[in-house]
Amino acid sequence: MSDVILEMRNITKEFPGVTALKNVSFSVRRGEIHALVGENGAGKSTLMEVLSGVHPYGSYSGDIYFEGKECQFRDITQSEAVGLVIIHQELALIPFLSIAENLFLGNERAKNGIIDWNKTISDAEALLKKVGLKESHSTLITNMGVGKQQQVEIAKALAKEVRLLILDEPTASLNESDSEKLLELLLQLKENGISSILISHKIGEVSKVADSITILRDGATIETLDCAKETITEDRIIRGMVGRDLTHRFPERKSNIGETIFEIRDWNVYHPLHTDRKVSDNINISVRRGEVVGISGLMGSGRTELAMSIFGEAYGTNISGTAYKNGEEIDISTIEKAISNGIAYATEDRKAYGLILIDQIKDNITLANLDAVAGHGVINEPQEMTVTGEYRDKLGIKCSSILQLARNLSGGNQQKVVLSKWLFANPEILFLDEPTRGIDVGAKYEIYTIINQLASEGKGIFLISSELPEILGICDRIYVMREGKIVAEMQSSEATQEKVMKYILTNKR
Amino acid sequence: MKTLASLFKKNIREYGMLIALVMIMVFFQWKTGGILMKPINITNLVLQNSYIIIMALGMLIVIVAGWIDLSVGSVAAVIGAVAAVLMVRLDVNWVVTFMISLLAGALIGAFQGYWIAYAKIPAFIVTLAGMLVFRGLTLVILNGEAVGPFPVGFQKLSSGFIPDFFNYDGLHLTTIVIGGLLSIILIFMDIKNRKNQQKYGFDVTPFYFFIIKNIVITGAIMGLCFLMASYKGLPNVLVILVILIAFYGFITSKTTLGRRIYAMGGNEKAARLSGVNSPRLLFYTFVNMGVLSALAGMIVAARLNVATPKAGDGFELDVIAACYIGGASASGGIGKIIGAVVGAFLIGVMNNGMSILGIGIDWQQAIKGLVLLLAVYFDVYNKNKSI
Ligand SMILES: Nc1ncnc2c1ncn2[C@@H]1O[C@H](COP(=O)(O)OP(=O)(O)OP(=O)(O)O)[C@@H](O)[C@H]1O
Ligand SMILES: [Mg+2]
Repeated sequence: MSDVILEMRNITKEFPGVTALKNVSFSVRRGEIHALVGENGAGKSTLMEVLSGVHPYGSYSGDIYFEGKECQFRDITQSEAVGLVIIHQELALIPFLSIAENLFLGNERAKNGIIDWNKTISDAEALLKKVGLKESHSTLITNMGVGKQQQVEIAKALAKEVRLLILDEPTASLNESDSEKLLELLLQLKENGISSILISHKIGEVSKVADSITILRDGATIETLDCAKETITEDRIIRGMVGRDLTHRFPERKSNIGETIFEIRDWNVYHPLHTDRKVSDNINISVRRGEVVGISGLMGSGRTELAMSIFGEAYGTNISGTAYKNGEEIDISTIEKAISNGIAYATEDRKAYGLILIDQIKDNITLANLDAVAGHGVINEPQEMTVTGEYRDKLGIKCSSILQLARNLSGGNQQKVVLSKWLFANPEILFLDEPTRGIDVGAKYEIYTIINQLASEGKGIFLISSELPEILGICDRIYVMREGKIVAEMQSSEATQEKVMKYILTNKR
Repeated sequence: MKTLASLFKKNIREYGMLIALVMIMVFFQWKTGGILMKPINITNLVLQNSYIIIMALGMLIVIVAGWIDLSVGSVAAVIGAVAAVLMVRLDVNWVVTFMISLLAGALIGAFQGYWIAYAKIPAFIVTLAGMLVFRGLTLVILNGEAVGPFPVGFQKLSSGFIPDFFNYDGLHLTTIVIGGLLSIILIFMDIKNRKNQQKYGFDVTPFYFFIIKNIVITGAIMGLCFLMASYKGLPNVLVILVILIAFYGFITSKTTLGRRIYAMGGNEKAARLSGVNSPRLLFYTFVNMGVLSALAGMIVAARLNVATPKAGDGFELDVIAACYIGGASASGGIGKIIGAVVGAFLIGVMNNGMSILGIGIDWQQAIKGLVLLLAVYFDVYNKNKSI
């Protein structure tokens, strides 16, 4: 047997208006973790979709050899049949089915169409043990955090006798400890002879676990780095990705902080379904003009819920508390009122809550402030084109035209569209919920620059982020949330990673 | 410049249904030995289908918003009954009746819209209930009898023609003048649109294609006008129709209101989080549907000159089919007014053509069903290919 498990040769893939992949060659050795990195829209996801048959044979040119055999997959079932399993960034689990049912979906432990529950359960338990997930096989997916769902996805792949596992940004929505666990799991799978391809924008974790790193830029292979031969620094990877040296991760910033612009007092929110469960418990937070305030905490600590409840009660029931803007009480009981009071909330979940995927980029950008490009309710289309074009250039949204559908953008570029929408709404107080999730290092820098610029214009910004370096790198002040409560507040000058981590984790069950 | 092949590929989707309509017309023209395109039949075709088209305008918006309305046939019937009782039994002036009936339609729409938008009951269920309720009320109001005839003014709503200001023998010149004006306006708008697109550096269709397109459209309008002019001229209904189509076409494609409806149908949660007041929009979408159903109901009654308990039976199916044939998406957020109109005409021509050929209602239904399925398949197939 050769030591190359996968070889893709001269892959070219075109979409109407864009060539997503140009003559890309890519090979993976047996038993390695091969990282695939590159800027947003570089073609990483597309390459993996070609590989797994999402884009069927014939819709691209080039050859694919897996285990030495030529492959011409027409759909995912065919690629899964040979042991190639892809885990998409948007998890594909069925929320109201149990773990066991999800594990064997489409691959049921059954005889003549009748499910053998005993075998299902015992196999499920064996798989859960393999991936180190301590949950009952009967737990419903909807009752688990994203981190655990990710583990279920991997267990599901193992159930299909996976030989090459493909993970597209698996850690994008995981916090650090969950990411850690996931990477451990990949290393463990590697011991058992399962190769994997890891797509990630978190350069740190790439340099930690990868055996080889392939860098894509603008749809072409730039280079493949072999980590066994030389030590690869993070800066080295970044240079390959963006084509130049990026000396600082965070832009320089002089804060010029004014008086308090927005404040929330005694804010209490209850869960919309389990109405006796408090999700925000007596919260008091504020932001001043020109200030960037970080909200740190674990996934599920109630940060998103807090922000959404403030944004026109878009989340929760029985909300009590008062909001002040410039010292005066304001009414933010509906989203319209919140927006007209100058509040914006850019969501973390771009597909479900951020974008109208079947609409054009331009329509998405103007949606929250349509009246700005309309007179008497009639849209001024030329003006709309001009302003959305400006945002495309300012944020570097990579697209063939602003008339392209949001659905056809790469993940990171979709995120930029969501941001553009809220910048266009011209708010005074912004809640940015994981604004750099799934965004490449170069573009992250651009987004930090935009945040700084907003602050220098005198806006107040809340930044919700699971990446501690980011919080420490650009915030003036930091709140730490745990289980729906604010458990700490500190100036970032006196904050360290360890100190914040301690507050995030103490009393964790 | 785009290649001819890609141009064709893109436009087969845009104009696919139009081509299908023309093909079906040619087919029936041939099969009926030329009866289909006779002036009197063309006029009849418009009269017979006007109410389907009117309701399809409202239905398209409902479908784009992500829902469906099953009650339109029953609402049309109940409003026809209300109008009939007002005019015939209570001797109310027909203009007043007309206004009251439209208002009643709005109220019915508001009633259903409330349950859908604010009480969050799926439209399928609310309007299924509405379909039964209003059919029942029609029977109650009419006491199970047919009520008519109506004042002449009211009848003219459906059976009248616009007056002729020129007295030219055998040809209704006003009709031709109006057709000419309409063509000029359309050409002018298209030129402006094209200039705008060029200004912003977007790909425009090749010039020869632009010319051909305008010649075809003008030809179709003028041809239709000549046919009608050689009979009795433009029917009043057609004038109402053109105005309504232009109005709703404008609302859906050019206004913030329209944009928000598409956004809501495309992703309700994201639209809400962008400040779109989706319950209110949805509510008014159904109010609008109610008003258009009411108008359609009156036109049906005026055409038959009697309100019957069975009026409007099964209309909802033709109306919904028209929208889907015209390219609306069942999951919301996609669909065009002009598509729904073409879809409605397609169904109308089939109804008419098959009736002339003496095909029974049984087979007509079966054939229409298959056409619906094929049309949507064609759409889905094209979309999948272009991803
Ligand atoms: N269905 C499609 N239609 C048209 N263009 C597409 C389609 N899918 C992807 N693209 C384009 O192909 C290019 C590559 O996209 P891809 O999703 O592979 O990027 P990526 O490297 O995964 O980026 P990210 O890190 O942001 O996820 C982008 O320019 C994108 O706009
Ligand atoms: Mg991607």
